[in-house]
Amino acid sequence: MDDSTVAKLEGANLEDLGIPTGRLAMWWFLASEISIFGGLVCIFVLLRWRHPEWASEAVHTINAAGALNTVVLLTSSLSAVLAHQAAEDGRYRKAARLLGATFGGGVIFLCVKAYEYSHEIHAGFVPARSMFWSFYYLMTGLHALHVIGGMVAMFVIMLSVRKGLNPQRVEYVGIYWHFVDIVWIFLFPLLYLAS
Amino acid sequence: MAHSAHHPPVGFLGRYVFSTDHKVIAKQYLFTGIFMALVGGFLAYVIRMQLTFPGESIPGYGHVSFVHYNAVVTLHGTIMIFWVAMPVLLAALANFLIPLMIGAEDMAFPRLNMLSYWIFLLSTVVLLSSFFVPGGAAAGGWTSYPPLSGSAAFSGGQWGVSLWILAVALEFAAFLMGGINFITTAFNMRAPGMKLFDMPIMVWLQVVAAIVFMLSVGPLIAGAVMLLLDRLVGTGFFDPAAGGDPLLFQHLFWFFGHPEVYVVLLPGFGVIGEILPVFSRKPIFGYRMIIYATFVTGVMSFIVWAHHQFIAGIDPRLATPFSITTILISVPIAIMVFSYMATLWRGSIEFKTPMLFALGALAVFLLGGVTGIHNGTPAADIFLHDTYFVVAHFHYALIPPVFFAFFAAMYYWFPKMFGRMLNERLGVAHFVFTFFFMNLTFLPMFLLGFMGHQRRIADPRVFDTLRNAQVENLHWLATIGAIGLLLGQIPFLVNLVMSLIRGERAEANPWRANTLEWTVPSPPGHGNFERQPVVYRGPYEYSSPESSEDFLPQNAAP
Repeated sequence: MDDSTVAKLEGANLEDLGIPTGRLAMWWFLASEISIFGGLVCIFVLLRWRHPEWASEAVHTINAAGALNTVVLLTSSLSAVLAHQAAEDGRYRKAARLLGATFGGGVIFLCVKAYEYSHEIHAGFVPARSMFWSFYYLMTGLHALHVIGGMVAMFVIMLSVRKGLNPQRVEYVGIYWHFVDIVWIFLFPLLYLAS
Repeated sequence: MAHSAHHPPVGFLGRYVFSTDHKVIAKQYLFTGIFMALVGGFLAYVIRMQLTFPGESIPGYGHVSFVHYNAVVTLHGTIMIFWVAMPVLLAALANFLIPLMIGAEDMAFPRLNMLSYWIFLLSTVVLLSSFFVPGGAAAGGWTSYPPLSGSAAFSGGQWGVSLWILAVALEFAAFLMGGINFITTAFNMRAPGMKLFDMPIMVWLQVVAAIVFMLSVGPLIAGAVMLLLDRLVGTGFFDPAAGGDPLLFQHLFWFFGHPEVYVVLLPGFGVIGEILPVFSRKPIFGYRMIIYATFVTGVMSFIVWAHHQFIAGIDPRLATPFSITTILISVPIAIMVFSYMATLWRGSIEFKTPMLFALGALAVFLLGGVTGIHNGTPAADIFLHDTYFVVAHFHYALIPPVFFAFFAAMYYWFPKMFGRMLNERLGVAHFVFTFFFMNLTFLPMFLLGFMGHQRRIADPRVFDTLRNAQVENLHWLATIGAIGLLLGQIPFLVNLVMSLIRGERAEANPWRANTLEWTVPSPPGHGNFERQPVVYRGPYEYSSPESSEDFLPQNAAP
């Protein structure tokens, strides 16, 4: 190694992969999340395949509510992308407002989900009724918990980005929200439409 | 790096309790892990005494009922894997070493790191509290198979299993946070000049272990939620009467459980990889090959899990492919072991305590690895499954990384952690006791297994085939070994305490090693490095012609 290389290394930046650390962490976190939901979806698909009779239970899910929630969740991802754009442009108040819209989408989603749950439980479709309903509550419940977790993070980030603090986090929470979205896109046809 | 992002903490609480310093968190994990190792060791003593003197009152514990025995076995396994191996090998060593070895001032997410420890401590409290709840602690084995774990009707089923699930879930959450920290820190915070393939083996193996853990644990988290729902809400995921499938839990458990073996094994191998070159004064043999072998091991560890279920009722056609992958995974592991052995070839070997334990780990692991072939072959496994042969096998496979490598790491890095040297004579005594009594404990178990002795039975005399002098003698031997093994740890504990108080002061680089942690004072100050180190070469340049000394630190300017 000659002297010029040595001089170049002195005072150089840390070696990295060229990906911001926060985003890298988020992707690894999602990788572990994928193994949770991926495992569940695999199990459900294999069992559903073996038990065509579950269809007679699956017809009782409320397709219209599920479809509405799909639209709500996908739309809320749009405002998350726009919030990312705004944060990149340095328009932090706008980014916070757009995150607020995404947060609102989460609220609507949870309200619709709560309506569905109470409706189904009243009709006797409780978790212990059959394997299909066990899986239905397990998968949608775990997903709803992820929606709530995302909303908490989003609320905290909304408050800080308004003041221009940590605007890069708008992107990270957006990545997470897209993941929650994609999980739902798997759950909706598997649990609602396939009947 | 004087421009520390966070200021040095003040006060006792800030410095030693609620600290975000990776070195302090490492020590918190270390001492919690050592404490749990004592609990797990005590349970091992109870198991051995009960098997040798069934039904008699055990000194220090009392009478062991059959129900109690199941709980003792369950908690011994659970504690040793999740509350000793994981916190000590992964959390303590990775936390202490990754930032120091790559020239970083701390972890990428110091507060997440602190949260990780406190959640872990909470999980420890939950687990220990399960000894004292109605119905007793979980008693379905460390694998917690349903139906034993699915219903309150079985022992430990009232509260114990639920607390067990909660504790394990909290522990997983803690290690997910830790794992994200290890990966991002190693990838994004390396000193200038340190390319990925300039990282010490230890850092690489910790990162691969963290990745394997994060990708394998998901399905078991789902499985744990399902088991909890079965118990609390009345679903029937694992209950055949309700249309569920108990085998499903086994798949979910072992999809994680087998990679977990490598999660524990790899950091242990990382320790050995750091120590062998230093005490052979030679570059490590096949640095890249070892790392590639680690990748292959990591990937393959995901496709071997069903070898735990050969006799559980899986489709027999599934047994052959899993048997093949199981035996194939010994190839990358063998590459690592042979590379380590080749590192010794023609080296100037110094038999200091760290080296003794590192070599001991390799020797003992060899037997653990080879007996894995028996278990991985369905024809042999049908006979050996659930016998003491399996118990002997996994103790031979896991004690080397979890205990031998951990001891090696302690003797090697203790000076860096605490600024004092450990006593060499006590260290050698500790090694001799541990090595001898470990073999005395577990060699007889191979024979017991061949004689058809099932594991997890509280009283062998209940079975006609096991009511003979030979079985009794082997149990005697194993029990003497276990007590010797436990007593053999006294020199270590004495050594720890004595050296902490008045051990010889350690200089910055007592072993004349190359990696960056030895370039800072022992113990390193807050923020680790006074000036950002710059890296010019790989970590194992020993006896290099470029240097007049027999070592060439990574940061020495050329």
